[in-house]
This record gives sequence, structure tokens and C-alpha cells, in this order.
Amino acid sequence: MSYDAVLYSRILTEMTLAFHILFATIGVGVPVMIALAQWMGLKHNDAHYLLLARRWTRGFTITVAVGVVTGTAIGLQLSLLWPSFMEQAGQLIALPLFMETFAFFFEAIFLGIYLYTWDRFKNPKLHLLLLVPVVIGSSMSAFFITAVNAFMNTPQGFDLVNGVFVNVEPLKAMFNPAVPTKVGHVLVSAYMTSAFILAALAAYHLLRGRKHSYYKKALRITLIPALVFSIATALVGDLSGKFLAEYQPEKLAAAEWHFETEGEAPLILFGKLDEEQKVSGAVKIPWALSILAGSLPSTEVVGLNEFPEDERPPLYIHYLFDVMVTLGMVLLLISFTYVVLSKWKPKKMYNKWLLRAVVLSAPLSLIAIEVGWIFAEVGRQPWILRGYLKTVEAATSSPHVDTMIMAFGALYVLLGVGAVVVLRNMFKNNPAEEELEARGNLHVS
Amino acid sequence: MNLELLGITVLWTFLYGYLIVASIDFGAGFFAYYGKITKKDHLINDLISRYLSPVWEVTNVFFVFFFVGIVGFFPSTAYYFGTALLIPGSIAIILLAIRGSFYAFNNYGSRSSTAYLFLYGATGLLIPASLSTALTISEGGFLKVEGDKVTFLAKELFASPYSWSVVVLSIVSVLFISAAFLTYYADRADDRGARTILRKFALLWSPPTIVASFLVFVSLREHNPEHFHKAVSEYWWMFALSLLCFIIASCLIYIRRNFGAAFILVMLQFFFAFFGYGASHLPYILYPHVVLHESVTNETMAVALVIVFVLGLLLLIPSLYLLMKLFLFDAEYVKGKKQ
Repeated sequence: MSYDAVLYSRILTEMTLAFHILFATIGVGVPVMIALAQWMGLKHNDAHYLLLARRWTRGFTITVAVGVVTGTAIGLQLSLLWPSFMEQAGQLIALPLFMETFAFFFEAIFLGIYLYTWDRFKNPKLHLLLLVPVVIGSSMSAFFITAVNAFMNTPQGFDLVNGVFVNVEPLKAMFNPAVPTKVGHVLVSAYMTSAFILAALAAYHLLRGRKHSYYKKALRITLIPALVFSIATALVGDLSGKFLAEYQPEKLAAAEWHFETEGEAPLILFGKLDEEQKVSGAVKIPWALSILAGSLPSTEVVGLNEFPEDERPPLYIHYLFDVMVTLGMVLLLISFTYVVLSKWKPKKMYNKWLLRAVVLSAPLSLIAIEVGWIFAEVGRQPWILRGYLKTVEAATSSPHVDTMIMAFGALYVLLGVGAVVVLRNMFKNNPAEEELEARGNLHVS
Repeated sequence: MNLELLGITVLWTFLYGYLIVASIDFGAGFFAYYGKITKKDHLINDLISRYLSPVWEVTNVFFVFFFVGIVGFFPSTAYYFGTALLIPGSIAIILLAIRGSFYAFNNYGSRSSTAYLFLYGATGLLIPASLSTALTISEGGFLKVEGDKVTFLAKELFASPYSWSVVVLSIVSVLFISAAFLTYYADRADDRGARTILRKFALLWSPPTIVASFLVFVSLREHNPEHFHKAVSEYWWMFALSLLCFIIASCLIYIRRNFGAAFILVMLQFFFAFFGYGASHLPYILYPHVVLHESVTNETMAVALVIVFVLGLLLLIPSLYLLMKLFLFDAEYVKGKKQ
């Protein structure tokens, strides 16, 4: 393969982001779950919930560390790999980027304090309160950085005159049309994913024959929120579809292989596309795309043929979209089944198949996050700044990006393996039952 | 003060903050590893991790803050530095990533391992070297600009005496700053054993620091005469003050008195040197391609950034104060009596 700086820059950026978002998602969602457990523990004076919060926090530090260092990497790589983009977009989106670092700062300070003051305050509620800035900080940094990404999809708040950005309005640029749906979807899906990951841990132990009520409580305190967040994710996802139809119709059309502009458009699930734009082997849900795009079956959905060929996103994003939506539905179903059983058939709520499904929900939700992001990003191609700057014009001219791909690839393997090994050791040699006993909390059933 | 000067001053102050907190961190990693292999770890390593654990992430943010800030205020720096720094910048990121995560793996994770400590110690000396490349490049002479293509002249950088003198200075000052701080921290902890070792480190690294500083001056005269003359004619007093602070600080450490004041003087030593260097570098950010007033972002954005910066500080200062109060000024914690 001949050297192609744009291609290599894209590969390196994709690699870094794909690795980072796994940890970033956990970083945004898990503090919320820790706060919930600690709050329940204090409210009911229940040592099990308090221990849950403690153990989650311990594991969380490892994921945060990897999240922080890979976040630093992508932050710098933006300038290293896309210097022309940053030079131009820096004029427009410096504000949310800058605010993101403040949110990150705020979170880092209070996380440090939280981790090292477990037994330092006489009033344990004070310690719980320290989590408030952590949750605010992590969710706000997700907000700001997603606002930057949203801007790349729907740039506004400036005029382009002879290649120069004038009349810049930083707030208008930051609160661009893509912000509400993007931020909403990112936040609730991060909460959802974290809830499923923690639920999967509890389910794993229950499957292995551990019967302690600690694990049952852990399952309960994770799967109920998981259901709530799954529903919220689906609802915001629907709004995102309506947003796309209005502002980025080419992304929606490519996702659905929708070529001719028309109403009563069907939603296509999976299938195959031949060279003459004929779809075969797909499941067609009549009107669903029109309903997704505009709530009514009669809504006219803009087709891909309306766009010049060099401004169309690649058509494989259809599969990404399908996988994301399917996984979202499966996850919703898993948590729904648990909640229904726990309410009406409590005898069946720990049956093996459900527990297995819950264990599976952790990797599935992470896959959904990855696939969803790739869909969102590739769906914006060929633009890096939609309508203004193409990706090919923005990459670095450096001849060494391919070497850097190797170096960073090795780094991510090292960090990934390291994190898994350390997390495993951390909990394997120190089961919750023993820790409960050591803490002398036997009186709590 | 106009906006671009305000902007660069703010950013320079944050870079200075990073220089101090990161030096403590980088040097501490080296000392911890050295302590381990010379079997003195029981004396100093607990003390070091008591300080580092709650703050390492905050240290990292100082750095992020600087580079996001400079791209925001001066977008064209992203263009020139971004192209030039792909290799040194990537090396720095990789080292920082290994360092940060392995620190967490080691400290919050299972057990302490010599391999982790080695990575931690070694990266602590390599990171300042790779980050200092950015400062070296800013002196000019390492970039070829033709039309809209920027080429980084790596060979020139490797062959330049100036670039090596900066590398040497960054490494020895990291060790000096760190040792001076940890001596103070050990003193507060009433930990005689640790204090003795760390004081020796501080005294050991004090003369090389000043020698390296002079080396940088001498090689700068060759590399960028314009900058050198501005530094010695207009800002000589700042470097003189820096030298004075250095002498008093070293004396205090030598006679075992007022370690707190000594560390503050070390901070002032670097403050004067760093700001003297920065001020004499102006109006260039990257000589001669990026000039301060030409490269600043549009005014609306600059104003917005300044406003956000002030609001952010209102949030940060009390939080940082709380952090220091809990882990730096709380004698019981420093002594290891509080968990």
C-alpha cells in the first residue's frame, strides 16, 4: 500500500477514539451508579450497598486512568494529525474545547479527593456529596466534547468570506442543532452501558453459584436503572432520527439505503445491496422510516440521489445502523425481562438463561457504543466540517503517520491487556463475601 | 493589556504550573524507582505515593489545559506545531499514557511491582525531554515552510547543541524541583529517614541545574541571537532574581532550615527564569512564523475564552485549595495517620 497521509491519519484517529470511548463511556456512567449505590447504602444503612460502591470505585480508578491517558492522546492527536482542521475550527469551537478541560479539571480534583477520603469524614454524607462534582464534571465534559463533534456535523455561528471565518458567534456555534440529540444520546447510552457492565459482574457471580444477597442487590440496583436508561436511549435515538432527516438527510438516507425521495418510506433491516441499488434479502418495515424521520407515515424522506456522488457517505453504514438499533432493542429486552420477572415471577428471576443474557449485555452494550459512533462519524464522510471542509484537505502532510499507527497500536494493546489483568487480580483474590466479613458487617442480611 | 497578551500570559502561567507539579511527579517516579533498587524504598516510597495518588490526575489536566488553550487562543500554532510535533508529540503521549495508567495499575491495582516502577521512573525522565522539543522548535530553525507545506527538520534538531542543552536542563531541573519539594514534604511528615535521603538528592541536583541553565543561554546565543539579546538586555533582572532565589534555596536546604521557604524559592527561581524566557521570546510564539498579535483567534472567541477562563478559575481555585488542604497541609494525612 502506498503512503497516504489522509488514510493513515483516519486510521490512527479511529483507533485512538475506538479505544478511548470504551473507557470514556465507563467514566461518564459509572460515577452515577456509584453515587446511587452509596446513597442507597446510607439511606437504608445497608453495608452491602456501601461495599458495592467501594468495590465499583476501586475498579473505576483503573478505567479512569486509561480513559484519562487516552483522552489526552486524542486531544493532542487532533492537532498532530489534523493541523489544518484545528487551525480553522479552532476559531469556532475553542470555547467548548476549553470548557471541556475545565469540566475535566473539576472532575479530576474531586475524584482524587473522593478516592482518598472514604473514612475521613465523621458525617459519611459529606463523602457522598464529593461525588456530585465528579458526576457533574464527567457528564459536563461529555456534553462539551460532544458539542464539538456536533458542530462538525452541523456547523453554524459564523460566515465564510473569501476563506476567512467572520462574524463568529461562539455560543451559537456551541449550541448547534445537533447538540440536543447527540448529547442526550451520548449521556443516556453511557449511563445505560455502565449499568449493564456492573449488572453483568453481579450476574456472573450469581451464575458461578454465589448466593449472597450482596450480588442480588447488585443486580437489582443496576438492572432497574439499565431499563430506564435503555428506554431513554431508544427515545433519544428516535429524536436523533428526526434530527438527521432534517439536518443531515444524506446520513439517514445512506443508513437506510434510501435513494429516491418519497413518502411512506420503509425501514430496511439488514439485507444486501447490488450495484444497481437493488436491495435483496432485507426485512422491510413499511412506513417505519417515514415515521422515524417525521412521526407520520406520509413524511417525505430525502433520498441519496439528491446528493452529488462525491458528497455521499459510504453505504456500508447501513449495517452499523442496523447493528446499533438491534443491540439497543436486545438490551432493552434483557433489562425489561428482569424487571418483569422480579415483579411478577420472583421465583424465576435468577434463572440461568436470564443471567447469561445479562452477562452478555456488557460486551453487547460496548459493541453498540462502538458501532453507533462509527456510524455517526463515517456517516459524515466525506466532510470533516460538513459543508465546509473535506477530510482529505485537513490531514497532516507528515510522512510518519504509518509508523505512529504501529506505536499507538502497541500502546493500546498494552493498556487494554494491562487494565484487564489488573482488574481481574483486584477482584479475584478478594471476593465480596470475605470483604464483608472482614468489615464485620455480618449482622446485615 | 490586550487580549492576545492576556491570553499568552494565562497559558504561560498554566504551563509554569504544569512545570512545577509535573516535575514533582516525574522526579518522584525516578526517586521511587531508585529507592526500590537501592533498597531504600521502605523509607521514601510510601511518602511519595501518599502525595502523588490523589493528585496525579490533576497534574495531567494542567498539561491538557495548556495545549487546548493555546490552540483555542492561537489556532495557527496548531498548524505549525501540529505538523512539526507529530513524532516528538506522539512519543510524549505514549510515554504519558504508559506512565499514567501504570501508575494507577500499580497503586490502586494489585501489588507493587518493580517493572511498573521502572516504567514509571524511566518515563518520568523521557517525558520532559520529549515535551521540551516544543520549546526548542519555538526558537525557529527546525521547520521548512514552503507554500502550505510544513516540513519538520528532525536531523537539524538532533544535531543542534541548543536542543540538547534544553533536554539536559529539563531533566536536571525535574530532579531538582522534585527533590526540593519532597524534602519539604518529608519534613512536614516528621520523617527523618526520608528527609535525609531526599535532601541529599536536592543538593546533588542543585549544581547541575544552574550549569544547565547557563548552557542553554550560551547555546541560545548561537541559535537565536535576536532572542538572546532581548533576554540579556531587557530581562536580565529576571534571570538575576532567579539566580538569587536559587542560591538562597540551596543554602536553606544545605543548612537544614525552612524547607518550606526553600521550596517556595525554588518555585520562584523557575518562575523568574520561565517568565523571563517567555517574555523575551515575544512577540514570536514560533520564530519567525507565528507572531503573537497576528495569530490570535477572532476577537469574539478570545473574549469568550477569557470570560470562561475567569469563571473556570472561580471554580478551580477553591477546589484546588480543598485538595491541597486535605493532602498537603493536613499534617495528620502527610504523616500517614489518615487513610
